[in-house]
Amino acid sequence: MQRSFLLYFLITIVGCVFIGRLFQLQIIRGANYNPIHNSAVKTTYDYPERGYVYDRNGKLLIANQLSYDVMIQPNQVKPLDTIEFCNLLKINKESFLKRLRKAERWAPYLPSVFLKQLAKKDFAFLQEKLHKYNGFFIQKRIIRKYPINAAANVLGYIGEVNESLAKKNNYYQAGELIGKDGIEREYESYLRGKKGKKYLQRNNLNKVTGSFSNGKYDTLSKNGKDLTLTLDIDLQLFAQKLMSGKRGGIVAIEPSSGEILALVTAPSYDPNMLVGRKRSKNSTILFNDTISRPSYDRGLLAAYAPGSPFKMMNALIGLQENVINEKTSFKCYYGFKYGKRANEFMGCHCNVIGKPIKLKTAIAKSCNSYFSNTYKRIVEKDNNSSEGLDNWHKHVSSFGLGDYLGYDLPAGSKGLIPDGKYYDNRYKYSWNGSTTISNAIGQGEILTTPIQLANFTAAIANRGYFYTPHILKKIDKKTIDNEKFTMAKKTTIDKKHFDPVIEAMHEVFKTGTGKWSQVKGIEICGKTGTAENFTRIEGQKIQLPDHSILVAFAPKENPKIALAIFVENGGYGSTIAAPITSLIIEKYLTGQISKTNKYREQNMLNLSLQDIYEKLKLKPKKIASGTK
Amino acid sequence: MRQERNNIFENIDWVLVFLFITLVGFGWLNIYAASKTEEDVELLSFSTKYGKQLIFICCTIPLIITILFFNSKFYEKYASIFYIISIFCLLLLFPFGKEINGAKSWFNFGVLGLQPSEFVKAFTALAVAKLLSDRQYNLKLIKNQIKVFIIIFTPAVLITLQPDAGSALIYLTFFFVLNREGLTMSYMIWGSILIFLFILTIFFGYFPVLLVLLAFITITVIYMIYKRGQRFIRFNWYKIVIIYIITILFTFGTNIIYNNVFKRHHRDRFEVLLGLKTDIKNIGYNSHQSELTISSGGWTGKGFLKGDITKGDFVPEQHTDYIFSTVGEEWGFLGSSLVIILFMLMIYRIIYLSETHSNKFGRIYGYSVASILFFHIVVNIGMVIGLLPTVGIPLPFFSYGGSSLWGFTVLLFIFIRLDAHKNYDW
Repeated sequence: MQRSFLLYFLITIVGCVFIGRLFQLQIIRGANYNPIHNSAVKTTYDYPERGYVYDRNGKLLIANQLSYDVMIQPNQVKPLDTIEFCNLLKINKESFLKRLRKAERWAPYLPSVFLKQLAKKDFAFLQEKLHKYNGFFIQKRIIRKYPINAAANVLGYIGEVNESLAKKNNYYQAGELIGKDGIEREYESYLRGKKGKKYLQRNNLNKVTGSFSNGKYDTLSKNGKDLTLTLDIDLQLFAQKLMSGKRGGIVAIEPSSGEILALVTAPSYDPNMLVGRKRSKNSTILFNDTISRPSYDRGLLAAYAPGSPFKMMNALIGLQENVINEKTSFKCYYGFKYGKRANEFMGCHCNVIGKPIKLKTAIAKSCNSYFSNTYKRIVEKDNNSSEGLDNWHKHVSSFGLGDYLGYDLPAGSKGLIPDGKYYDNRYKYSWNGSTTISNAIGQGEILTTPIQLANFTAAIANRGYFYTPHILKKIDKKTIDNEKFTMAKKTTIDKKHFDPVIEAMHEVFKTGTGKWSQVKGIEICGKTGTAENFTRIEGQKIQLPDHSILVAFAPKENPKIALAIFVENGGYGSTIAAPITSLIIEKYLTGQISKTNKYREQNMLNLSLQDIYEKLKLKPKKIASGTK
Repeated sequence: MRQERNNIFENIDWVLVFLFITLVGFGWLNIYAASKTEEDVELLSFSTKYGKQLIFICCTIPLIITILFFNSKFYEKYASIFYIISIFCLLLLFPFGKEINGAKSWFNFGVLGLQPSEFVKAFTALAVAKLLSDRQYNLKLIKNQIKVFIIIFTPAVLITLQPDAGSALIYLTFFFVLNREGLTMSYMIWGSILIFLFILTIFFGYFPVLLVLLAFITITVIYMIYKRGQRFIRFNWYKIVIIYIITILFTFGTNIIYNNVFKRHHRDRFEVLLGLKTDIKNIGYNSHQSELTISSGGWTGKGFLKGDITKGDFVPEQHTDYIFSTVGEEWGFLGSSLVIILFMLMIYRIIYLSETHSNKFGRIYGYSVASILFFHIVVNIGMVIGLLPTVGIPLPFFSYGGSSLWGFTVLLFIFIRLDAHKNYDW
């Protein structure tokens, strides 16, 4: 009996282990078992219609259209009249065979796309004859349509979900459509709606044998929500036209709400280019153009030195910090000498020589000396440059400069506002206001994007506060109540300090650099600027034609629009940026361009900087030596 | 000597018959579930798997009556003849066998294929019982050990050559029988140690295992020297050297055999099981699907014919080797545990009955039956529930297939016949 004990023992052990394992599999693991994640269940989706997009006045910007794909299931294909079929689809025989082989390689028993996005009239013909061709069928797809050719940078586009995203996000399957840029991407979750799911019973050959659990787990699809944008598409179109032939960006904001009225980047492209059969060809063209970069949103991304408009910032800080007041005056002798050596001198073009200059004149005439003095006083206020600059940085940041603004579009750039630490690292603690004097006039290390400048202008227009710029106005006709966009953000500058600055900005368009761009009956306040720009070629710092910059708002009281415009290599702000600004303001406030200003519109429409860009592209070195 | 009984069912162990009927019947229900298609076809038909199996089951009745009809002495007397015939059948496979899935293990008779290896088990058991029951036979002698090894391993080698390594593997189970009959335990202990080291070597790579083994041996040797003094070294030094050499050869040998003798698919099966590879699409597909299918059963299962994974045919070979996954899905934890318990009861019962035999032949045969069933169940269910590597052998009485069913029927009912007659002095 003893020796038989071994087998008894082993059977008992094995029995217990097996039952234990069954317990682990069926009870412990089985508890998490979800019947719909079962290999015998096939999930099919019912795709809802993607939401429409309108502009602030209810004009349709994005709609949907049907597109027809010819699908193929290779194992059901029977011998067919290839020539007739090819004629129907307008493809040649090689292409037919290539597509057939591709589908067979993918999976003979699964449907796959044979020919994408059939033309509508081809579809009508084909539909009548399709019953003759076994294994081929039509699948409807919804694609986007853009009735107005504008604002491609804002609207963005949709594209197919790739494998890696599908793995990360369990809502999407590879090949489905998702917003890839602009509001299509930002508001994907609203626009897409919710797809419906249907669970079908299937066997290992992928053959559907009925619905699973009588449709107990099935869900219905929910249509996407319609969005209304803050854009004024007429203004956008007008601004886009004005920018034709130029490179740059325009951002227009309604100061009282932070709503973005226009967001222009030039050059841009027709949003319909990224829809339909030519899509892949077009996208190669758009995304591979590294010189004019039509897919680069300059309004949001182009970070440049702001130039003179930044002088208002220093004026406001000076007033707030009480290092200057309205009556403080400085004298200017062709510039400002910030060091003992001869080359430590900043030139000035204010042409008010030797007379005391007060704030209003300083802004109107854009006097470099005045702001250099002011800046020096701000930074060196407590004899500690680092702390002084940190304080300055605090004020500048309160206008939303130097960081992402938090608007609702996917592209963005931080820009740069240096603080004490920045220079401590750079100059090893031996620096002061003079070392960083370029900051006084918005040059040097400072970088801002057009939308940051527009927001800065809106804060001035509002006399001390701003709403975070945003592009979304309504979701399904319901105005947004996102506190991020509806709560005013206060700047660190008191309200009373804005009046002299605004007066001065008004002066700019009355008597200063903007006087040639006045509009009768509209009080425009603004400031032109010129940003020097350099490039490095073969290790040498080379100066390129200046960028033209302008910020403005109007009317002076109760402002309706604040904008920033920048034109690459556009020279002085007064020649290109100012007329465009005044045209946009006039168009927005009065709805048209008055007869007296028609010539201005014509000039701007005809003006092209393409020659300059061509030259820059070819011989940047020679150009550089030709400028000041 | 008492008169031979008139009734062939006299003294039959009805417990075993009951377990047999239950397992075969329940097995058929699961084959029906696993192979049923939407079109309803009549039950007794050669056109469906379940129809064929039903016919096979019906055929076991004349088979059983025939087996029970013969006197138990008949089996003892002609054991060697049966064995020689079965070896002959295996040999005939090489010229006449039909190749299925790369192995020549079938005779083809029109609609019916027969797989001799399923029957050879029973006849080998008879031959082993006959040899060991000889009064002159003593397992302690090396000469006798070699005799019995030849009997056991001749069919095993022939089956391996078909090649059907899985079916050959079960002949290892005769070590339980030999052990029961007095073969020293050291075969099994060393065998288990070697298998264990083999798996460790695959899992950790040969180098770390070698290092650990050498360290272990060295520590043991040092301990012995410390305990026993210099004399230990003087008398045992050659043994120590041999142990070192064997260890080194074994680990290197494992590595070489594993990488060069094992086929790619064998290695894959090992590696998937040990978790060294995760590939649920190809190599691990069967095991993964089978585990998933069983898991979906829960406590009570989805119900007869309601297993949607079974219906979708997602587990390959579900009606044969993977039939247990259908039990898991449709009958749940309770149903599948019950099947395991039924099998355990059957084996307990066979061992218990064998031990009551006064006759050595019957006892050894019974013990062989228990061991063969045990081995089949361990390897098959172990594979289906993902504890052991994939080895394609059927689940006794359950899996689809005439040869397998009849083979086990013959195996079991010869024992029942012998058992019914155990109290007669013969």
